[in-house]
Amino acid sequence: MDALTAKGVIKRYTQHVALDDVSLTIPEQSIYGLLGPNGAGKTTFIRIVNQIINADAGEINIFGEKLSEKHIGVIGYLPEERGLYKKLKVGEQLLYLAQLKGLSRNEALARSKKWIEKFDIKDWWNKKVEDLSKGMAQKVQFISTVMHEPRLIILDEPFSGFDPVNAQLITEQILDLRKNGSTIIFSTHRMETVEDLCDHVALINKSKKIVEGTKKQIKDTYKNNTFSIEHKGSFSINGQYELVSQTKVEENYFHSIIRTPQLDTPNQLLQQLIGLTEVHAFVEKIPTMSEIFINLVKGKSDE
Amino acid sequence: MNKIWLIVQREFLNRVQKKSFLIATILVPLIFPAIMGGMVWYMINQYENAKPEIVHVLDESGKFDFKNTKKFEFIIEKESLEKAKENYKNTKDFALLYVPNIDIAKPEGFTIFTKENPSIEKIGDLERLLADRIQDLKLEAYNIDKETLASLKTKVDFKQVNITETGEEKSSNSGIYYGLGFVLGILIYMFVLIYGIQIMQGVIDEKTSKIVEVIVSSVKPFQLMMGKIIGIASVGLLQFLIWILIITFVSSSVLSYFGLQMPQKQLTEQITKQMPDEVKEAQEVPNKKVNELLVNLSEIPFGKIAAVFVFYFLGGYLLYGALFAAVGSAVDSIQESQQFQFPITLPLLVAYMGLFLVILRDPHGTMSFWLSIIPLTSPVAMVGRIAFGVPTWELVLSMVLLVGGFIFTTWVAGRIYRVGILMSGTKVNYKVLAKWFMIKN
Repeated sequence: MDALTAKGVIKRYTQHVALDDVSLTIPEQSIYGLLGPNGAGKTTFIRIVNQIINADAGEINIFGEKLSEKHIGVIGYLPEERGLYKKLKVGEQLLYLAQLKGLSRNEALARSKKWIEKFDIKDWWNKKVEDLSKGMAQKVQFISTVMHEPRLIILDEPFSGFDPVNAQLITEQILDLRKNGSTIIFSTHRMETVEDLCDHVALINKSKKIVEGTKKQIKDTYKNNTFSIEHKGSFSINGQYELVSQTKVEENYFHSIIRTPQLDTPNQLLQQLIGLTEVHAFVEKIPTMSEIFINLVKGKSDE
Repeated sequence: MNKIWLIVQREFLNRVQKKSFLIATILVPLIFPAIMGGMVWYMINQYENAKPEIVHVLDESGKFDFKNTKKFEFIIEKESLEKAKENYKNTKDFALLYVPNIDIAKPEGFTIFTKENPSIEKIGDLERLLADRIQDLKLEAYNIDKETLASLKTKVDFKQVNITETGEEKSSNSGIYYGLGFVLGILIYMFVLIYGIQIMQGVIDEKTSKIVEVIVSSVKPFQLMMGKIIGIASVGLLQFLIWILIITFVSSSVLSYFGLQMPQKQLTEQITKQMPDEVKEAQEVPNKKVNELLVNLSEIPFGKIAAVFVFYFLGGYLLYGALFAAVGSAVDSIQESQQFQFPITLPLLVAYMGLFLVILRDPHGTMSFWLSIIPLTSPVAMVGRIAFGVPTWELVLSMVLLVGGFIFTTWVAGRIYRVGILMSGTKVNYKVLAKWFMIKN
């Protein structure tokens, strides 16, 4: 079953269209990267899923059911612009936020105790948020997002402002949550996050969805069968292969880039090369998500 | 509903648990009397310890006999005005008073020279001094003695009685009603403003701390707004309750300290028993007055007034509170809120000024009627009027309109609020607010 499906979601504001017929399918237990430049419509989509605003048209289903008020407790949301009540103590804050998500007071108490132990921050319980450092406050915020054990967790730029240690901690928690059955949606521009964590990706640009699929599918779609070769002794190649460039690295050592026709396998090229030169390194150039992202966004905006 | 209740609780506890709440709640009922008492004490003290002002006097008429008083010490100048001015200039004294040769029937030409602008009070004292002397001279000239004059002075004091529709007679006292209307009107004005601004502050805090997006992913913006408004209202009511308890306790203990808790009659009897007859007679008149006052007080329907007061406090608070919440949602800081605060506080200010200028003077006039019917002004205006007695139909109409009014403002505010809280960094004007209002959900 899919964690979330959106069909033909449209949201118009007076001056512009924020989402133009966007359809997404987010499989259960995936880590799904929602990518796109600023102002593309990611936040609008997330707000619609969180029922903060309503879509003008389209349908959203959560675990097979039409999105409705009862799903509030199913979703955990960490907005990009985050904050807590500054004057409130950490403990009270966690209890309050969890109760708003529908937990009973006792449940909320038990869960929040469990989490602050997990994060090793028991002494903070009676501290006011304004007395915490930024990183500390973000831990508290993360706990408040996942404390009610949501099946769908939406994280908007979750790592911004985290130091590497905390980022690592949060990453582990996210993977853990996924293992326990949660589905995670990342909204981010951080391509390392996408490379490392996401298995599914969608790119939204200018209110429209441009691509969607598993990371592998997308990379396969956008790779252009180029290979990077380090070799001893220069060569030239012709026929169906195109030698894009050949640069000298040092005495008699070269770095070449070759493009092959779509249907060729790497082995066919390699066989050819072995006859021509001494191959030291041979690697297919697979585009990074970052490259794909930039190409797609730029390509679109050039139109 | 359950979630609104959670928010109400949170907002209530957030405020009540603060030390400042305790301090404000306990100090406010003590602070105002303390300030007023302190000022009065200071003034009396100053008055009693004040050194007399030195006034040079040049009396060309020779009709005045300047004796030093507690306030003034006179130095008599004998020579010309020029010379007197010269003498005065060389001193640090208060003033030089020049009295020309006057005709008693038309006393004119008095002049006072001072170095700085003197207070009205001191000038008045000096003028009275001269006027008294001239009056005495006139009495002499017309052959009237002072006793005759005293017997001419007359004072009339009504006993006020209202005849109700049922023919029942009730004594009344406009003075008490005036005082009651005055105090209650100001209280409503202050509370609506103070708590309204608290709501606005709370909304701005949530918006600037960015918590609001997390909250509205769990509850509807309208629930959040109502939770906050109701939460703060309950803080206000608690504060009232404590104040009433404090005031009752303090005043009853003060009264019992002065032994006034006894029924007035008993007290009077007790006192008169110990007094010689002449004093008794003189005492009876004021006692009668006090008794009348007490009867008047006992006939004021305090229960009804208190109920009306609480109703209008809540109504006015809800009506304005929603608007303050909308303003808070639209801006990013308290400074920015100024431009929107003004139009909200304007009707409140109109009601406040109407209270002094119109309602308390003419509680049953057309203007007073409308001010106490229109929901924006009725909270202040009606509690100002209520003690004077308001026909039931007017009260009911005003209450119904107030309820309608706050439902309307809450609806309008809710529509602005739901959009505003998620918008930060936008330049907001009335056109933008109107657009937000129109956006469909």
